Amino acid sequence: MYRYTDFDAAFLAERNQQFRAQVERRIAGHLTEEEFKPLRLMNGVYLQLHAYMLRVAIPYGTLSGRQMDRLADIAERWDKGYGHFTTRQNIQFNWPKLRDIPDMLDALAEVEMHAIQTSGNTIRNVTADHFAGAAADEIADPRPVAELIRQWSTDHPEFQFLPRKFKIAVTGSPNDRAVTRAHDIGLRMVRDAAGAPGFEVIVGGGLGRTPMIGKVVRGFLPEADLLPYLEAVVSVWNLLGRRDNKFKSRIKITVHEHGIDDIRARVEERFAQLRPAFSGVDQEMLAGLRAHFAPPAFREAPTVAYDAAYKGDPLFRSWADTNLAAHRAPGYAIVSISLKKQGATPGDASADQMRVMAELAREYGHDELRISHEQNVILPHVHKSDLPAVHAALREAGLHTANLGLISDIIACPGMDYCALATARSIPIAQQIATRFDELKLEHDIGHLQIKISGCINACGHHHVGHIGILGLDRAGVENYQITLGGDATETAALGERAGPGFSAEEIVPAIERLIDGYLALREGPQETFLQTYRRIGLSPFKRYLYPEARANAA
Amino acid sequence: MPRAFTPKVVTANALLEGYVIYLTDAGDWTRDLSRALLITDEAEAQLRLLDAERQPDVAVGVYLADVTPGRDGRPEPTHFREEFRRTGPSNYFHGKQATR
Ligand code: SF4
Repeated sequence: MYRYTDFDAAFLAERNQQFRAQVERRIAGHLTEEEFKPLRLMNGVYLQLHAYMLRVAIPYGTLSGRQMDRLADIAERWDKGYGHFTTRQNIQFNWPKLRDIPDMLDALAEVEMHAIQTSGNTIRNVTADHFAGAAADEIADPRPVAELIRQWSTDHPEFQFLPRKFKIAVTGSPNDRAVTRAHDIGLRMVRDAAGAPGFEVIVGGGLGRTPMIGKVVRGFLPEADLLPYLEAVVSVWNLLGRRDNKFKSRIKITVHEHGIDDIRARVEERFAQLRPAFSGVDQEMLAGLRAHFAPPAFREAPTVAYDAAYKGDPLFRSWADTNLAAHRAPGYAIVSISLKKQGATPGDASADQMRVMAELAREYGHDELRISHEQNVILPHVHKSDLPAVHAALREAGLHTANLGLISDIIACPGMDYCALATARSIPIAQQIATRFDELKLEHDIGHLQIKISGCINACGHHHVGHIGILGLDRAGVENYQITLGGDATETAALGERAGPGFSAEEIVPAIERLIDGYLALREGPQETFLQTYRRIGLSPFKRYLYPEARANAA
Repeated sequence: MPRAFTPKVVTANALLEGYVIYLTDAGDWTRDLSRALLITDEAEAQLRLLDAERQPDVAVGVYLADVTPGRDGRPEPTHFREEFRRTGPSNYFHGKQATR
């Protein structure tokens, strides 16, 4: 794993000290809120509905056991004993007190963590495939590249006052688990015909008010050209991007307004100017970073214990069938730990649960943990013979829910239970849907289905790319939920289509139930997923189920 | 025609904890909506808002929120956002509901 250099540590210590002084000056009345607000946001401190919130970056979603333990300590000491993992591979603490936050940041810095660039008009925390370095389908580990980008962009003088925030995601696998097509820049590691490594560069994706699927700006970018090319993209946007209108300032709008061909031409021109300035130091850095991310020493051992448990223990089998993914090393598996127990808050983990996961990582997982944008926790490298023990420990901690990729594995943003920007709640809707389908015992029969819920058009819950998306709105003073269908967050990314009028908080769960009844009736067989059925027959057959009254009225 | 004035309370978040607070008749702050000053006059609302804004060491993000007089004449929220603000989150028994 990447270890901080002395430079990083000193930089962080200085930033934390500055912020401590700023907090003191604010409390003493020497700074106004107008002066203080941008400073606190730069350090990940938001003022939410009921309290402050501290957002901590988990770069490319990678954590060690020690770091996870520290998150648990912080949750217990300064918060209410839990943390919320977000779709941006961050963790949020919902109840810190302003005076305590500098201590929390110091506690984080001791384990090389921070809250920098989790907000503001900067290049944000770079996200990556949560199976990075482990997935069987991977071409190369994307994290050294993500770390290179982090180092290049942190405090980059040209990019501290961008037109808006800027988000980059990287994947090293053809199966896109990092939603690269919904980021300002998405990078997919590919190889050219001769086998040389490089990137497909996607630009102008994003969700929010004006959702867009990113477009390919360069089909193959040689690896060594990455930073100058990124710098060219950001600098073209920095110049063209609209600062007059917050809603039009993201690069997706710039790309949309100018057209991808015009943007490509400008980027290539700028790139040609910038390229000579990159003498190769960045490539030496990248090589050094690769060493930090070298795979652990995988062991060769028989998997009899796994085979026996799989055969003999139906609970274990059901969990193994849903929550394991193929690992690149023989005898190993990737374990997804669901933070979506039916009825619980998606993405929340208690301090005790964090400690259990940290301990499992140390004991069975080469001391590595990952946070997925789907708000689950991953043990990326577990030998199969250890899986029965891992499962047993997870069971004791209530972390054994076997629902990865199923209807109760819902992404939900904090919504109006916490978020000051929300127009409606998301969490209770997720809780009710998950509980309902658990009662119906239909989950496994329904199969792969992603529901994603946002509490406002900012779309932190990725509703546009959910197979079923739910958007909470305020309609004349009442919570109202709009459904979109057919979204897709993977390499075949698509935006969902609006199904029709929204539903009230009381009506939304029955509406989803009717929709699922419809799917079960319309699918060609259990092997056809919801998304496949939707792609085959389109929106209108589903409408009959969602809006039965309309049909009755028309008849 | 100007819209009829609807009753208001002055509300904000507390600087130190971030908790939701409301302005009282005495000009200090309470965490309990039912003890907030219910303002029925537009001019008074503006004056009270100014008063509150002059306390940046206590209150952050001051604004006027719509309320309606309840049965006992105490302010009750008219919008669900203010209902959640005076109660706390719905997924845990945290926030105001836990401190009553
Ligand atoms: S989608 Fe809206 S409500 Fe949900 S976390 Fe983002 S800003 Fe808040």
